[in-house]
Formats: sequence, C-alpha cells, structure tokens
Amino acid sequence: MADPMKIRASLKGDVADIRVLVSHPMENGQRKDNAGNTVPAHYIQTMTVEIGGKPVIQGQVGTAVSRNPVFGFKVKGAKAGDKVVIKWRDNKGETRSDEAAVA
Amino acid sequence: MRKPRILGALCAITSLGIAHAQTAEVDHAKADAEFAKFRAEMEDSNPAELFELKGEELWKVKRGPKSVSLAESCDLGLGVGKVEGAYVQMPRYFADANAVMDAERRIVWCMVEKQGFKFADIAKKPFQGANDTNPPEITSLVTFVAGHSRNMKFAVPLKDPKVKEIWEIGKEITNYRAGPYDFSCNTCHGSDGKRIRMQNLPNIGTHEGAVKGVMGWPGYRMTGGVMLTHQWRMNDCFRQQRFPEPKYASDTVTALLTYMTANANGAVYKGPGIKR
Ligand code: HEC
Repeated sequence: MADPMKIRASLKGDVADIRVLVSHPMENGQRKDNAGNTVPAHYIQTMTVEIGGKPVIQGQVGTAVSRNPVFGFKVKGAKAGDKVVIKWRDNKGETRSDEAAVA
Repeated sequence: MRKPRILGALCAITSLGIAHAQTAEVDHAKADAEFAKFRAEMEDSNPAELFELKGEELWKVKRGPKSVSLAESCDLGLGVGKVEGAYVQMPRYFADANAVMDAERRIVWCMVEKQGFKFADIAKKPFQGANDTNPPEITSLVTFVAGHSRNMKFAVPLKDPKVKEIWEIGKEITNYRAGPYDFSCNTCHGSDGKRIRMQNLPNIGTHEGAVKGVMGWPGYRMTGGVMLTHQWRMNDCFRQQRFPEPKYASDTVTALLTYMTANANGAVYKGPGIKR
C-alpha cells in the first residue's frame, strides 16, 4: 500500500493554509535504471481536496512533478476544526486518502 | 519560426556567461542567499518528514529474526527506547559494545545485536542510490531518530575520555594526506572561504564550520530526490578525496563524525534538512 501523506492545515484569518507532503515515486517513464531498462511510468494523475465534506480542489497532476512532491493550497472560508481530506489516484490505479483537522 | 528564437536564446546565454565571470563573487553570495530562501520555504514541508514517519514505524514494529522492536530493545544512550534528544548527544561511548558510536552505527548495532539482522545484509546497500525510489530502512530510522532532536543543542559528551580519544583520532584523520592527489579533508575543509564551483566548503575544524558541516544531516537532496545520512556525506567526501570509500559503519566515519559534531557542540540542531 502507498505510504501516508503528511498534511498540515493552519488557519490565518478565514484562510486555511494547507500543505501536503506526498510520498510517491512520480516516475515519468523516461528514466533508465542501472541495467539500462526503462523504468515504467508511475505517477499521480488526480488529486482532490475536501474541507468539511465539500470538495474545494480537483487537480490533475502529471509527470513533470517531482518525486515526493509538496503541494500548497489556500482555501477561503475554512473554520478551525474543519476536516481536510486529501486523496490521490495514480496511473496504476493505486489510491491514498489521508486527513487532518484545520488548526 | 523556430530558428531565430533558438539563436536568440543562445546569445542570451553567452552574454550571461560573461557577466557571470565578471561578478562571480557577487553572484555567489546572491545564489547563496537565494538558496537560503528556498531552504527556509522547503523546511516547512521537507520531504525528510516522510522518512521520519517511515522510520517511526520501523522503530516501533517487531522485526528481524528475533522479532523484537528497536523501541523495546535499543538504547541510544539515554535509556532503552528513548529517542528524544539522543541524536544530538551522539557520538557517545556505549559500554555494551565497548565502542564510541554515532547514531547510524548505533542503530545498525541494535538491528544486528537485538533484532538479529545480518550486518552484511544491511551493509550491502546502506545508502539510497540515484535510481532508487526509496532509501534503505536504516536511513529512515536515522531520520526518525534525528527528528527527535529537532531544536536541541548538540551536546556530544566530550568530557568522556573515551569520546575525547575518538575525537583526537577524528582530528588526525582530517589532516591525513594521501591518495593520488595527496588530499586530506583539510585540503578542502581546513580554511575559511573555500569553495568548489558554487559549493561553499565549511572549515570543519572551527565551531562555525563544524556547525555548517553537521547541520541539515540527515538531509533530503533535491537533486534526484534522495534521503541521505551524515555517514553518506563522509563516504562521498572520501570519494572526492580519491580515497577508497570506508567500510560501512566504520570506526573512521564515527571518528570524523565525533570530531565535527563535538566541534558544533552548543549549536541548536534544526533537524533533518534539505540539501541541494
Ligand atoms: C576535494 C575536496 C574535498 C575533500 C578532500 C573533502 N571534501 Fe567534504 N565536501 C566537498 C564538497 C564539494 C562538498 C559539497 C558541498 C555542498 O554540496 O554544498 C563537501 C561537503 C562536506 C560536508 C557537508 C557540508 C554541508 O554543507 O552539508 C562535510 C561535513 C564534509 N564535506 C566533510 C568532509 C570530510 C570529513 C572530509 C575528509 C574525509 C572531506 N569532507 C573531504 C569537498 C571535499
């Protein structure tokens, strides 16, 4: 199973500053391994962010994004204690969902 | 349509190159400041934290032929299972092993002695290669332990004569010149203000230089996205020195880490870092 994300969501006024660290190889399918074989593409394709059960961000992610990427979002209208749920799905169909509370 | 644009780009690069040569010193300071900004931004969400998480899991779970956890068996110098503040107080002397050990070496020792892993298996590939998706387990464990000394002061117990002796050996090694270029560590790291290309070389015999040499290790290297330990840094510098690389978890590496970390005593450790 995929490794957990690390999510931080801090409130500044009514804006939630969300930072998420994602554990993912993000292989672009163009790299060769030590034996000279192409490393198959393996990367996140979609990502969603929900706050308090409401989807606020739906994003498409591609091969130009680095390994173990960091994403930052600013979301207006959030309240302390709101549940932040972040999900991703990669090209192999693997998914991961993690959550944190706005603090 | 395309050709003129490419030509234009080439011209721009050429003239930039000249400007750069004329103002290398200024640009160097600027680049340093820019990198400091980048690091400050990234430290907020350093991918190293992902390996702290993995390391925590590995620390707590029962593993190895003896099926015990490190949390219930490994003493990092402050009591079995205690990780808070352990990293900044190593290298230190461990009576059970009758040796001075740095954090990485101590964890390896615990994995072998307490969990029953084979040293040769751990030493087969102790560091993450550019083509590896993940670092070896030992790197995540070191990162986890280091993370639990964040914002604490380096306090290598140099009053312990056993530690002091290893410190002296470490100092000696930094002066030892040999190899095809007759290099020692101090050829590159023995005076202030030296650099190779854009990389500043810390003067590791001074407190300030030693702080630069130990800060941010273990570190997440943006180049290639790999997580690397202070032990790796030592091995790579031996390579730069055109020396044979030391055996994994060797006395030599512990001696160097003892020398540098103790020289940094009193400085606040910021935790696992970000490297270019
Ligand atoms: C040929 C020159 C050379 C020699 C000899 C050399 N190093 Fe290095 N050292 C470097 C370079 C280049 C770097 C990378 C600096 C960077 O990437 O910012 C480095 C980095 C380091 C760092 C990390 C600095 C940081 O900012 O994190 C330490 C610690 C270090 N060396 C210690 C040593 C020790 C100990 C030895 C002797 C075993 C040694 N070096 C020998 C060139 C050398």
